[in-house]
Amino acid sequence: MPLGFVPPCGVSYLLDSGLRRNDGLMLFPDLIRLTTSSFLAYRMRSFLTGLGIAIGITAVILLTSIGEGLHQFVLAEFTQFGTNLIAIQPGKTQTQGGNVGIFGSVRTISIEDAQALLHLPNVEYVNPSVTGNAEVRFNGKTRRTTVFGAGHDFTRVMASRVQMGSSLPDDDPTQPRALVVLGSKVRQELFSGENPLGSYLRIGGQRYRIVGVMEPKGQMLGFDLDDTVFIPAARALELFNRPGLMEIQLSYKPNADLAGVERSITALLKERHGREDFTLIPQAKALEVLGSVLDVITFAVGALGGISLLVGGVGILTIMTMAVSERTAEIGLLRALGAREGQVLTLFLGEAMLLSALGGLAGLALGIGIAQALHWLFPAMPVHTPWLFAVVAELSAVSIGLAAGVMPARRAARLDPVEALHEE
Amino acid sequence: MISLSQISRSFTVGDQQVAALRGIDLNIAAGDYVSIMGPSGSGKSTLLNLIGLLDRPSSGTYKLDGGNVTALNDAQQAKVRSEKIGFVFQSFHLVPRLTAAMNIELPLILAGIPPAERKARVVQLLENYGLTDRADHRPDQLSGGQRQRVAIARATSMHPAVLLADEPTGNLDQTTGKEVMNLLEQLVAQKVTLILVTHDPVIGGRATRQLYMVDGEIIGENKSAASP
Repeated sequence: MPLGFVPPCGVSYLLDSGLRRNDGLMLFPDLIRLTTSSFLAYRMRSFLTGLGIAIGITAVILLTSIGEGLHQFVLAEFTQFGTNLIAIQPGKTQTQGGNVGIFGSVRTISIEDAQALLHLPNVEYVNPSVTGNAEVRFNGKTRRTTVFGAGHDFTRVMASRVQMGSSLPDDDPTQPRALVVLGSKVRQELFSGENPLGSYLRIGGQRYRIVGVMEPKGQMLGFDLDDTVFIPAARALELFNRPGLMEIQLSYKPNADLAGVERSITALLKERHGREDFTLIPQAKALEVLGSVLDVITFAVGALGGISLLVGGVGILTIMTMAVSERTAEIGLLRALGAREGQVLTLFLGEAMLLSALGGLAGLALGIGIAQALHWLFPAMPVHTPWLFAVVAELSAVSIGLAAGVMPARRAARLDPVEALHEE
Repeated sequence: MISLSQISRSFTVGDQQVAALRGIDLNIAAGDYVSIMGPSGSGKSTLLNLIGLLDRPSSGTYKLDGGNVTALNDAQQAKVRSEKIGFVFQSFHLVPRLTAAMNIELPLILAGIPPAERKARVVQLLENYGLTDRADHRPDQLSGGQRQRVAIARATSMHPAVLLADEPTGNLDQTTGKEVMNLLEQLVAQKVTLILVTHDPVIGGRATRQLYMVDGEIIGENKSAASP
């Protein structure tokens, strides 16, 4: 007998029907095993195709991380002053044009208005404010700085603290003494290391006694808060020759109802002014608007990255189309072995999704890595990658793989088995 | 078990209708060993594909185990192929990137058989066909005879009642071809229905029923009582 192996004998199987079947459905681990096998058979090609998706995901993650970092940075800048603030400004912003001046000029907001607001329920403190530029002089040294006319609670609005001396005292707001608190930079420039407390500073020709120096606060949207001097609001009005305040900042109790506070402010000022010639800008609402603007920016840069993701999808489409042509005979074989059209479809869709899922994961790692490296290299650059973004990016990678795989996979499933088997 | 009545199959080539099968009537009993011979283009492969449910007739009825299988949809036909029919091809048709063991396992995988049962059966088949030490080799590391043995093991992995072989020795040398025929005939001895398409009269002559086809018709039949 020329056979070099044991021939099949005693394997009577015709009566055998004892196999447990999963109703003709492939088991999931087997699907993974089969798709992985073709992935591994064409390593270079799979790698390059996955790379296309990886670059797309990297771009999306990197750009949205920067966008989201910016978002959080800007919001943090604003919320450091607290969110339970309402700014009251003179003039009524109306959606329909028309000049209120025809019926009588806009009444300015006065320090007395601010005093009256303080007596409303739920109001914590009120800060009348007016800002401008003026020359300050000490001992022959001159400097042009921002002058901030404020109430005695201004440190609370600024979320800042006095470093030495004291803040502005609780004087009669209409007749305050000529006292000044220096920003840290002004103090540095005019006094160097000397103690400035008790010295007299000339602001726009008037003498102010220095009672305090602020902690360094840094810049806020281009404003150097340290290159500022703080004087009582009534004095600043005089200095700038202004009839009224630029703004009143009002802080309400955190647990108070914003709408109720707004209503009582409006009612009070309407009674005092005779009409509604002022505008309330609640910080919470302003933040909401700002937040939605920043969201749009993040979305827009994310969409830019999405374009490269789309290009990656085209790569998958190309490679899967090639795979179907190359493996036509194999598809015929699978059908002969009992694979349904749906199973062939699943196999090729699975391959496309595996490619994009792995590419997507690599892209996530790369994108987050580059974002963190940027943050490490340039600490000033805000970067933040929310988990949700990573999940959404990976899901969109997989869906792009799915979408790109549909056409080739359908073609594979619909091949005529007889013709497919003859393809070599 | 296989009953064909008035089976015709025509193809559209350009704007012409070409008949590949013309009104075939054929009954094959369980355990039959049938060879189909004829010149190329006589329709023998088309007939085999129809019996294997890879193709549908243009007209006529095909009953398998008493059930009309021409009326089944794709998924139902796939189930019948999976459970009742095994294929052996001239060019082996092994999946090049899968090992011998996994090629044999493929029909079981597609049928959703749990891994434990699959494994036992694959180990048994590898042993039966003398492939145990080749289990982890890929097809390009196997000889022609080994490849066809893998293909036969794969065709029988679901224990089908019908085995369809299209020129199974066509790509093999004489000695290896004989080996492969011996293997197939041992399956006949176990009551498998074997239908063999060949143009080689020596190979075809080994069958107990020999059909001759010309131009899509069965023109003659020869029965030999001789057991293989």
